Amino acid sequence: MKIKTALMGAVASLALAPMAFADAHEGERGRHGQLNIIYWQAPSILNPYLSGGTKDLESASMIVEPLARYNETGALVPYLAEEIPTVANGGVSEDLTSITWKLKSGLLWSDGSAVTSADVVFTAAYCMDPEGGCAQLSKFDGVENVEAIDDLTVKVTFDSAKPNPYGPFAGAQSPIIQAAQFADCMGAKAPECTDANFGPIGTGPFVVTDFRTNDVIQMAANENYRVEGQPAFATVTFKGGGDATAAGRAVMETGEFDYAWNMQLAPDVLASMAEGGVGTPISAFGTLVERLEMNLTNPSSDLPEGERSTVMHPHPFLSEFDVRHALSMAIDRELLVEVGYGQAGRPTCNLVPGPEIYASTDNTGCLTQDIEGAKALLEGAGWVDSNGDGIREKDGVELRILYQTSTNAVRQDFQALIKEWWGEIGVETELRNLDASVFFGGDPGSPDTFQKFYADVEMYANNFDGTDPQAYLSMYRCGNEPKPSSQWQGENINRFCDPAYDALIDELGATADIGARGDLMRRMNDMLTKNTMTIVPLVDRGRVSAKANTLGGVVLNTWDSELWNVAEWYRTGN
Amino acid sequence: MLTFTIRRLLLSIPTLLFIAFVIFMLLELAPGDPMAQMPLTIPPEVKEKMRLALGLGEPWWVRFPLWLKQFFIVEPQYWIDSAFGTNFADGAQRIISFQSRSPVFDTIAQRMPQTLWVVGMSYVVGVLIALPIGIISAYRQYSVFDQTGTFVSMIGFSVPPFFSGVLLIVIFSVQLKWLPSIYDTTHVVNSWDSFVVQLRQMIMPVMVLALQTTAQVSRYMRASMLDNLTQDYVRTARAKGMSESVVVMKHVLRNSMIPVITVIALGIPAIFGGAIITEQIFKVNGLGQLLIIALQGNDIPMVMTITFLLAVLIVMMNLIADVLYGILDPRIRYD
Amino acid sequence: MTDTNMTAAPRSQWWDVWDQFKTHKGAVMGLGFLIFITLFCMLGPVVWDVDPGKLNIRNKNLRPIINALWDADAKVAWANPMGTDNLGRDIMANIMQGGRISLAVGWTAMVLALLIGTTIGVLAGYFRRFDGLLMRFTDLVLALPLLPLLLVMMLLFRDPLRAAFGPEQGIFILIVTGIGITSWMQTARIVRGDVMALKEREFVLAARSIGTPARRMITRHLLPNVLSPIMVSATLGLATAIITESALSFLGLGFPSDFPTWGKILFDSVDRMTSFPERVIWPGLAISLTVLSVNYIGDGLRDALDPRIRGL
Repeated sequence: MKIKTALMGAVASLALAPMAFADAHEGERGRHGQLNIIYWQAPSILNPYLSGGTKDLESASMIVEPLARYNETGALVPYLAEEIPTVANGGVSEDLTSITWKLKSGLLWSDGSAVTSADVVFTAAYCMDPEGGCAQLSKFDGVENVEAIDDLTVKVTFDSAKPNPYGPFAGAQSPIIQAAQFADCMGAKAPECTDANFGPIGTGPFVVTDFRTNDVIQMAANENYRVEGQPAFATVTFKGGGDATAAGRAVMETGEFDYAWNMQLAPDVLASMAEGGVGTPISAFGTLVERLEMNLTNPSSDLPEGERSTVMHPHPFLSEFDVRHALSMAIDRELLVEVGYGQAGRPTCNLVPGPEIYASTDNTGCLTQDIEGAKALLEGAGWVDSNGDGIREKDGVELRILYQTSTNAVRQDFQALIKEWWGEIGVETELRNLDASVFFGGDPGSPDTFQKFYADVEMYANNFDGTDPQAYLSMYRCGNEPKPSSQWQGENINRFCDPAYDALIDELGATADIGARGDLMRRMNDMLTKNTMTIVPLVDRGRVSAKANTLGGVVLNTWDSELWNVAEWYRTGN
Repeated sequence: MLTFTIRRLLLSIPTLLFIAFVIFMLLELAPGDPMAQMPLTIPPEVKEKMRLALGLGEPWWVRFPLWLKQFFIVEPQYWIDSAFGTNFADGAQRIISFQSRSPVFDTIAQRMPQTLWVVGMSYVVGVLIALPIGIISAYRQYSVFDQTGTFVSMIGFSVPPFFSGVLLIVIFSVQLKWLPSIYDTTHVVNSWDSFVVQLRQMIMPVMVLALQTTAQVSRYMRASMLDNLTQDYVRTARAKGMSESVVVMKHVLRNSMIPVITVIALGIPAIFGGAIITEQIFKVNGLGQLLIIALQGNDIPMVMTITFLLAVLIVMMNLIADVLYGILDPRIRYD
Repeated sequence: MTDTNMTAAPRSQWWDVWDQFKTHKGAVMGLGFLIFITLFCMLGPVVWDVDPGKLNIRNKNLRPIINALWDADAKVAWANPMGTDNLGRDIMANIMQGGRISLAVGWTAMVLALLIGTTIGVLAGYFRRFDGLLMRFTDLVLALPLLPLLLVMMLLFRDPLRAAFGPEQGIFILIVTGIGITSWMQTARIVRGDVMALKEREFVLAARSIGTPARRMITRHLLPNVLSPIMVSATLGLATAIITESALSFLGLGFPSDFPTWGKILFDSVDRMTSFPERVIWPGLAISLTVLSVNYIGDGLRDALDPRIRGL
């Protein structure tokens, strides 16, 4: 019944749409008819707690909402919450061990029932169920208790001081789900609730009318949405599948779709598509950094299995700072950006390129390529080409590198360029590209995972959720490296180990002052990058999406879901 | 022939069980991880918990019999339940996809229409075009018709769909704006107009796929006809004064069908396997796209179920082909 | 036996075949093109000694030299007659280098698939006792999903092969074997079907009644009569192998990214098809024409080897 009414409304507003163009910004709900969005990776499920995939999180963000979201500058803005709790307004306790959220009053779920603090408490219980396999469990790290103070107030208590208490219920990763709908889906029963997982009842601007996994989602405007006159669109088709090129073509050349996500395309291809005239690429920067990871341990296949790439054997030449430094100096990052990312990338030497309060500003030494300097550095460290084969060696060790990454057109172009530059300074490189589902998988039986690191150098991109890089920088702790005893799980990919660094991690965990945290994080960033060249950042990768020229209100946001403000989107006059 | 068919049907049960086992072990051995597509921001210990929730903590000798049980007992129970309103299944766990956490059979059923519309149609079209082309090409060997047919089908076969599909989109969707570049799987055909819309969105993928089928089938048809046209029995038939059409269409064609039947029978399971690249390019999102996404995401229950269903089709189609051999050429005996 | 006469004058028989083959215009042209493209790829790099992997970022996106004929402003250079790609690599050198790999992969995988397919097909069709087992085995291989199979092969054999033959040779063996052992099934089923029908024909019964042993029966009587479908399989198999290789490298299972192949050049250029049509035309043409010439050679050979046609 509901679906039918919604669809009827859609048809009616479609007919009325042209008349409403004049005053595009405001007007009644659903005035602009149909919105078409294409994601070239198709959403599989609309329950963000059962899948951490970006495509799933972002499609779900149109339906379910958190208490607060990050806006395009990285600042928290209240969504379901009345305001952002801080120490100043008393929402966060002085000792940083608890945070109290207050819900807006009068909020309704899309089925018409009231949103209460019980739903928030339930959401936490749902994710923290030990048998559920919740993908966002790390958001609830350190949560000791979540309790409802009254119908609209929720208090989260942590087991220790949390300098950043905005893990649970903020950002696209932890939206509030309805207790009534998911009550029977706790723990091991989570996958049995297909209807709920495919059509969660939410507070967002849209409701699901038809969900086809890995294919297409049909949505209609939520009649109970809290803002009058929003969303401007009555229905949404959210199509998935294909590839980035095809999605870009559909928005910028044929005009069949209004918004396409993640246009990972070479800049010249993107530019020639934009000449189509019906759409434009838009971009914004976040914290995603494409980097080279140096293996500090020996990956040689001569070592017995179980000792390869472990701290038992240091790398024959990459353990030397001068070699790592020379490899970084030989790279022309400007050119990499020009070839691979265009307006969506900028050269960087930082692991943490943003937000501004945390980014190191004086770490710019790597930005200019210096082939001669690199040669001199290697020369000075005793690496010379004594047998005339073009490859430098010292004590019988030759500078031969196996350089691996995942299969992706831009990464293969980068490999070719970097191989060329390293060739110029007398380092021979063998390239290898691996299927992403193997490379990024954690199968301990496969030699090709990025954690196992059976190569000298590898390249990929990583970032952190939200705006706080504490967990991200804490990955490089001694002992956190992937190793046989941990089934090759671990985040310290380079096998970096420095007690001084570990001390900084501990200090960071105990520091609440934002200025002091910024200082610590900058020092840690510099230790990993310019001081040791363990991680060699290449490009600060922005996000590029494409939007139709007739679509207004789009603000690309890299700190939260790209569709964070879809309620405010509208159709412009032309 | 009947005993042969029954014997083969019985024999196909252990064959299929063995095939299921081999596929399962292959997937088990293959490197890959359902968590590979999760962002790196999710810490390893959370991923490990998610793997356990998917049942990956159990060893293969627990999971394989479980899959067999779910496939052969639980799923049919659910079908009976939904058809007759009974409750045989009693809440038993169905085969659940790792990616979508939903029953794989529901997803497969959802994908069937677009795959049949596009891939199935292209196969029918392809075969229907290929047979006359093959026959005429052979009968008028080295005529202009034959030469053109050879040229077009060989070029058609050697141009991969990732190129020909995009070329069609660039011409017909981007430049001319005649056809949609993205297939709408939610489109319902219930009137003449909606049928036209369906036709417009089908035409490009069908063309790309039919070209491949046509090329392949017509080449085999032609070669086989050529072999038979020079046989003694053709001369005899002509000498007896039989009309040319009876000679060609009845005697020669019938004797030339064996390789063609083989190729057609092998192609039918491939329809249900979908057309991975073509489906991707036109966003048809049928079974081929489902399979490739499941493979990339290491969605073992989904891959296992689809490939096993395909295996059933392969075994059945090859059985049908064998039976057809016997009908086409009664001298072929199996017992 | 009758064989002695035939072996006594083998020369004249093969001359007959050649004479007949020469009359087939398509086949001669096909052979000519095949020799040309093979020499182009094999000897080309000797004459045109530009490193296909050499980047020249300042000269990226050059157009082919012939564009200068109609477009005076086209960015061209004599040093790169076919133009350069988006990283400034010379396209001609890449087509040559890519052709070496594509042709080698195509031929080897095709021959491997034909050998396996024909052997299994003949054995299953001729000896009834092998039929059940071999055909069920064929069903099994048909049912195996290709991608996990190749992943498992990579996992098990890549490092040993790399150690034994070097990175390039090792991956070559792996890919060729992978394609070969997953594409013989159609040939096997076709050959088996034809052999089963032929086996009951009068001439086979006649040959059997005079006590021809199975081996000679197969090589003398059956194989020549299933040659045409095998030829078709060969032609289609060559095309499939070249294209499959490109699909593999696109999945990260093929050659390392710095080894160009025709299929990969084609795949990489599809995104820029409208701005730089030549980049898809060169490799596309190379693949298509190679397949077309193999097809014509197959036609010519079939005619030439058929005594009924040759006699006319």
